Amino acid sequence: MEFIVYAAPFSYHRVASVQEAIKLLQELGEEARVIAGGQSLIPLMKMRMARPSALVDINFITGLREIKRQNGELRFGALARHADIENSEVAAAIPIVHDCAAGIADVQVRNQGTIGGSLAEADPSGDWGTALLTLETSLRCMGPKGERTVALEDFIKDAYTTVLAHDELVTEVIAKMPPKGSGGAHLAFKRSAPVYPTLSVAAHLTLEGKDTCKDARIALGCVGLTALRAKEAEAALRGKTLNEKTVRAAAEAARETAEPQSDMRGSAEYKRVLLAAMVKRAIGVAARRAHGERVEAEHEYVGR
Amino acid sequence: MNMSDAENVLVRIRVNGELREATVEARTLLVEFLREHLNLTGTHIGCDTTYCGACTVILNGRTVKTCTMFAPMADGGEITTVEGLSKNGELHPIQEAFAECHGLQCGFCTPGLLLSTMHLLQKTRKPTDKQIRKAIAGNTCRCTGYQNVFKAIRAAATRMEKP
Repeated sequence: MEFIVYAAPFSYHRVASVQEAIKLLQELGEEARVIAGGQSLIPLMKMRMARPSALVDINFITGLREIKRQNGELRFGALARHADIENSEVAAAIPIVHDCAAGIADVQVRNQGTIGGSLAEADPSGDWGTALLTLETSLRCMGPKGERTVALEDFIKDAYTTVLAHDELVTEVIAKMPPKGSGGAHLAFKRSAPVYPTLSVAAHLTLEGKDTCKDARIALGCVGLTALRAKEAEAALRGKTLNEKTVRAAAEAARETAEPQSDMRGSAEYKRVLLAAMVKRAIGVAARRAHGERVEAEHEYVGR
Repeated sequence: MNMSDAENVLVRIRVNGELREATVEARTLLVEFLREHLNLTGTHIGCDTTYCGACTVILNGRTVKTCTMFAPMADGGEITTVEGLSKNGELHPIQEAFAECHGLQCGFCTPGLLLSTMHLLQKTRKPTDKQIRKAIAGNTCRCTGYQNVFKAIRAAATRMEKP
């Protein structure tokens, strides 16, 4: 018998429907947790940073994994795996959705981790929050009192904390297609594929004419307790011509919005410097894409 | 599931074509289920933190890290482990390619790399260098420096293309 890291004991409950999951969550009480792909929750349980008394396994619910485009929206079933999204032609309609999915951790984690689980876990280093904050994104949530739809901005409250009640779960993630003339970029910087990024930046620009920025949305990841909208950076671009000066102003503003912590991935100062560079790069890629250019942009790490 | 509500769960998985089952604690990791309950020790535990990929198997057609899955989550599924690659004492073409190209040294990461290669070549018959890099980004090797692993994967792709 070799050394292996165990989670604390829990009871395991498999459900076949969302209704059944909600009923069980009510019965099992506040210490019970939903498990989907488990790629965030299981490591936390192994480190005993999470000790749920019970797990409600929703992986066997059918019909929660679809990816579809309708009425100007991309809709992802909560159980859509990152790999499903990476390989989906439908999801590629919004390039940053593909780029985000394709860069999360590695193949094995993408095969298992889910978009709904990632958002519901609200890990401050998670990728989806950053990417989806630059779009109009909402989450369909189901609980004992029925259904509600929550905007992503309102959904994530704090690190590992969302508005979800203990007996409520995400069933669908809905992202509105950006308007014509838009382009986006989702860039993340990490030391190697399987780790969480040192930081990530997502940008969506809507351009008018050659280089007038009609609208801008910029979000920062891993530099705060949640993914952050860089609203001052957006204001530095909105209504302006994109040039070296305005882009630099946006990058400087984003640096101020960020609240990085010094940790094993780098000092706070290093992260601010890196952030400014990544914001400039993201704006550049977003602008080129807004002009219809095909640009490859992805997570950056050694050996990619 | 008749054993629900229990901390002990009956898990049935078709492993390398054979239906296997055991009743285990719900918190049993899939890698431990394979190694300790089914005695299939080819799947290795490296980092135990979702990083290194030594515990990679193919579950229902897709690679997963078995240190990051509870065994009951795989119930009813089909798994290929490294033990399932060779047939009738003959190495799988991927294994032959790794042996010929010295795509391993100590061999600890090899089971995971073989299955990640299998997953890649099942989807992409002629992978580009970039596709190969991406396919094995979740498998850490501390010996080879990856160059011979690359050669082995390219050689395996060529071998598997031949009828």
